[in-house]
Amino acid sequence: MSSREANDGPVGVDARVGRSGGAGGGTLSLLGSELLTLFRRRRTWALLGALALIPILIALAVRLSGGPPTGRGPAFLDQITNNGFFVGVTAILVAIPLFLPLTIGVVAGDAIAGEASHGTLRYLLIAPAGRIRLLLVKYAAAAVFCVAATLTVVVVGTLIGWALFPIGPVTLLSGATVGVGDALLRFLAIAAYVTVSLLGLSAIGLFLSTLTTVPVGAMAATAILAVVSQIVGALPQLEWLHPWLFTHYWLGFGDLMRDPIVWDTFGDNALLQAGYLVVFGALAVGRFLTKDVLS
Amino acid sequence: MPDLAIETHGLTKRFRSQVAVDGLDLAVPEGSVFGFLGPNGSGKTTTIRMLLGLVAATAGDARVLGADMPHHVDSVLPRVGALVEGPAFSPYLSGEANLRRFDAADRHAPRGTRSDRVALALERVGLSHAAKKKVGAYSLGMKQRLGLANALLMRRELLVLDEPTNGLDPQGTREVRSLIRSLADGGTTVFVSSHLLAEVEQVCTHAAVMSVGRLVAQGTLDELRGSGSRVLVRTPDPGRARAVLAELGLPIGETAAGGIRSVMDASGDELVTARLGGSADAAPEAIVAALVNAGVRVRGFEIERASLEQRFVDLTGEGFDVVA
Repeated sequence: MSSREANDGPVGVDARVGRSGGAGGGTLSLLGSELLTLFRRRRTWALLGALALIPILIALAVRLSGGPPTGRGPAFLDQITNNGFFVGVTAILVAIPLFLPLTIGVVAGDAIAGEASHGTLRYLLIAPAGRIRLLLVKYAAAAVFCVAATLTVVVVGTLIGWALFPIGPVTLLSGATVGVGDALLRFLAIAAYVTVSLLGLSAIGLFLSTLTTVPVGAMAATAILAVVSQIVGALPQLEWLHPWLFTHYWLGFGDLMRDPIVWDTFGDNALLQAGYLVVFGALAVGRFLTKDVLS
Repeated sequence: MPDLAIETHGLTKRFRSQVAVDGLDLAVPEGSVFGFLGPNGSGKTTTIRMLLGLVAATAGDARVLGADMPHHVDSVLPRVGALVEGPAFSPYLSGEANLRRFDAADRHAPRGTRSDRVALALERVGLSHAAKKKVGAYSLGMKQRLGLANALLMRRELLVLDEPTNGLDPQGTREVRSLIRSLADGGTTVFVSSHLLAEVEQVCTHAAVMSVGRLVAQGTLDELRGSGSRVLVRTPDPGRARAVLAELGLPIGETAAGGIRSVMDASGDELVTARLGGSADAAPEAIVAALVNAGVRVRGFEIERASLEQRFVDLTGEGFDVVA
């Protein structure tokens, strides 16, 4: 540690003038740093890699076995041999109940608890990041991961389908046939639908993450809640509860495969997810603002 | 009286039934190097966490750089650099990336100079060579240095360093000391907590001593030491010497490190010791004159300035009194 003129580093002098940059710029800068941290982490790529494996495995299995008998396996599976485009849609259908919630649980559950367990939470707070600002940035980063996760499944699925199977106009659920370009746009719409579906779960994960300093606990709890919600959604005795479950519309993207596209489910889903975001976002803020940071 | 960089009144923190910090009244003058001493578990780190707004006080208030905490966290903390309860970093990022991350979290830290400031901070703690290495591969000492670099990313008015030499080798400890001195010379107030007194004694101008959540002493180092200084008289006339010392009003009969005691010397002389009350009327030369006037054969006379360590042991009740 050199003891040269200590406090007046040539660059440190006017440091506080940076205030003029405006709060917005500062928060974007923190978000950029957060995303850089998230996507520089090997674990993040392992999660995305695991998601990419789903369409790859499906495509290879169908290709090697010569196609499943009609009417068995996940929806769309029997269509793959006719049209490779269905790999992506099939894969996302397979990934929604468990694999996607699991990866979201890891990222959202780790958001605050992970920092706490590393001890970096106290240094972020005394930087000072600001507690609400940190939560916002953490949530935004989790949302970006949701986009990355769904896009990974859809894009890898479409590409591998393209590579292994014939490609052509897609026959929709309503019976109409659309061209390749139209089909690709609809796949993007499905990715957007699934991303929106995961936003409520991300907010739940973020809230759970503020409750503990053990990230694995928050991650597991988030993933388990997603499964429990789907199980409850499958019990006819609890039907009155179904419209309020955050998983209620998770598989409802079939409407995007009709002609003309029915957007109602998309809207209902977005509204429901927004509700979860508001409730659990408020809980997370309430909890985090008053929390003693002892880690 | 100079302005105070840190000021607390009745600051208290209770965790369930346990009181971690109890009615703390701290006064840290601006520009001082303030040693915050106490055995492990005496409430030092909890106090620091309250000062930095990480933990809410149960009662009392704290002002840091003139503003109420934790209400003014956002305006105060950019002016404060801190190392709290050891360094902490994301192990999967390089040292440099970790610093950039914490710097980005401070919205007052200008982005344009970030690279330069990070490089400079790393250089000042001697870590430039390991900037690109993942922190997971750092040694404890290197992490400690990186923690200091983080505290130095911006020009700070106050540095709060919790056990800054933990895990450092003797060379690193010396470097930290000279770093603290140079920061203080630059006008920064430095608040250093430690349980290693010898080290604090060398750099601090002021100190406070904590014991089981309470403040037991606070002041300049001289004030703290002064009340612990002792007179040592080597004489074959211990009885008369004791009488004279008692007449001078030096404290008698205290059990902790003081009072008048005598120990047989190998030569047959006895060693009489008395605590110096810190009052001006007991100047050493006056004591010698009084002894000689009373016919005490003074064969040796010494003023023993208590080390801070001795004082610390007295105040915190850890360890036991050992007469010279």
